[in-house]
Amino acid sequence: MSKLIDLRMGLFLAALFIVTVLVPIASTLDEGSAVAIPSYLIPLMGKYLCYAILAVALDLCWGYAGILSLGHGAFFALGGYAIGMHLMREIGARGVYANPDLPDFMVFLGWDELPWFWYGFDWFPFAAVMALLVPGALAFVFGWFAFRSRVSGVYLSIITQALTFALLLAFFRNEMGFGGNNGLTDFRDVLGFSLSAPSTRIALFVLTALALAACLVIAKAITVSKAGKVLVAVRDAESRTRFMGYRVENYSVFVFTVSAMMAGLAGALYVPQVGIINPGEFAPANSIEIVVWVALGGRGTLVGAAIGALVVVAVESWLTANFPDLWLFALGALFIVVVLWMPNGILGLVEKLRFRRAKAPAKTEAPA
Amino acid sequence: MSAQLFLDGVHRSFDGFKAINNLTLSVDKGDLRAVIGPNGAGKTTMMDIITGKTRPDGGEVLWNMSTDLTRLDEAAVANLGIGRKFQKPTVFETHSVEDNIRLALKAPRGVFATLFHRSDKAEEARVTALLDQIRLTHLRTEDAANLSHGQKQWLEIGMLLAQEPDLLLVDEPAAGMTDAETMETAELLKSIAGQRTVIVVEHDMDFVRALDCRVTVLHQGSVLAEGSLDHVSARDDVIEVYLGR
Ligand SMILES: Nc1ncnc2c1ncn2[C@@H]1O[C@H](COP(=O)(O)OP(=O)(O)OP(=O)(O)O)[C@@H](O)[C@H]1O
Ligand SMILES: [Mg+2]
Repeated sequence: MSKLIDLRMGLFLAALFIVTVLVPIASTLDEGSAVAIPSYLIPLMGKYLCYAILAVALDLCWGYAGILSLGHGAFFALGGYAIGMHLMREIGARGVYANPDLPDFMVFLGWDELPWFWYGFDWFPFAAVMALLVPGALAFVFGWFAFRSRVSGVYLSIITQALTFALLLAFFRNEMGFGGNNGLTDFRDVLGFSLSAPSTRIALFVLTALALAACLVIAKAITVSKAGKVLVAVRDAESRTRFMGYRVENYSVFVFTVSAMMAGLAGALYVPQVGIINPGEFAPANSIEIVVWVALGGRGTLVGAAIGALVVVAVESWLTANFPDLWLFALGALFIVVVLWMPNGILGLVEKLRFRRAKAPAKTEAPA
Repeated sequence: MSAQLFLDGVHRSFDGFKAINNLTLSVDKGDLRAVIGPNGAGKTTMMDIITGKTRPDGGEVLWNMSTDLTRLDEAAVANLGIGRKFQKPTVFETHSVEDNIRLALKAPRGVFATLFHRSDKAEEARVTALLDQIRLTHLRTEDAANLSHGQKQWLEIGMLLAQEPDLLLVDEPAAGMTDAETMETAELLKSIAGQRTVIVVEHDMDFVRALDCRVTVLHQGSVLAEGSLDHVSARDDVIEVYLGR
């Protein structure tokens, strides 16, 4: 059927590759040099790439299967917590209370034993697997019930939003054992490498770029496969797909789970770079913002979703630094502009312009 | 005689309105059967019940005298070999014409089967042959959204054929077709019957005449008359039902 790497994917991956090579080089340059990138900016850029992964994850299930999840922030946060737990364990006796067996917040709460669900997180591979498995399992179980009962459309969006809100409230509670309000922070190192060392920052940045590329290619491979065509078929004419013998709920659960695991991966890469994970990541507004990224970049394009995330987050950083009061208005305005004038997002606009230029000599416009 | 499809005393009400009322109907393997009846007679609802979309309040729908279809969902019924064309033509608009056919082709329907599916020469040949049969070869790579109403009808019929079902339920295939296309559709369905069982719902009497098959008249959710078109259309009660509305 269709090609795995088409023009836009090729261009994006090439650009990503160049950035991934140039940024580490620029960061080692002399501070006086005009193109030098200060080391503290690297985790910031890595964070942006994590958001891009998150956007690709949402686009896979929203753009292609029509599942508008308003709870992807939850999967992201769960992946982040899994790695955060490992980073907590790696602090060891270097915490404020110098307790070799318990993280600081547990000592503070007067606990004298590690809760069972923290077992295994000392070991990095276990935490890494959990960062994918926990969001995946939650999405699988949640999706299994929702899609089997044929919950879809707005109702599905609402219950995914409720899911992330419920987790927000749960993680705020100290008794949950995830650091409550403050979350997990004060990380020192990962796999023995100091998190504040420039080389670790570069490594994490490069790793995130690779993860973004991998997620794009995996998502693309799914969408160009016959299964991907079935997903689009479900999106466009669900009952027709059922009467052809496809079990729509299985396809929906599959893509929802894969997408949640990608979101978990994004969260797992995010936490070591920003140095903290707290319940605020479960905030419903976070999940809604992901939808704006995807809509702005171009729903159902994968690459567009990644671009949308990068553009919005860059604008957000700039605005919050220079006009902190304006950001929410800007986000709202952006959303309105997209809905009214750019139904296919940035990528749709670019494609349209290119198409128009190519078609300029022709007399008739192709039907919309 | 053992029927391939046997509806036995099926009931279904919607908010107290009896859409299907003690419907009993039997169709043999390889039959071509036309189902006619005024608007709201329950023709589409009957198909909904057979295909697992609507659960009846009572009665049985037996497949090969053994499986009760009323206990299965849409996908399970489809996988038994029962295909359906909707009254309102329904194709996958954002897929190309050929991809519509490809998705319909008889093949394993599981997620992992389709995820790792590779199309081969035999499959492509089958797609080509089907496109030829429904005369859409020239629109092969066109998005289905760009087809005319009649072309969508043909595409959906092609998708139905691609599934290679044992029983085809065809709801108003001729709507939106030209007279010539209508006659071609009748010929196509006649040629399919024999190897497969075909049940056609249609209002167009010229089309039904061209099918030249046994006709069942549905009225208020049950069978009013059955026989040749000439036989049923000569009956007073049938004439009254059609003229009385
Ligand atoms: N899901 C539903 N909910 C409520 N009423 C329904 C439903 N499905 C069908 N009906 C009613 O059942 C009756 C039979 O409808 P059905 O669509 O089966 O008729 P039909 O014979 O196919 O008519 P037409 O020739 O117009 O297609 C109609 O009065 C319809 O309004
Ligand atoms: Mg009908």
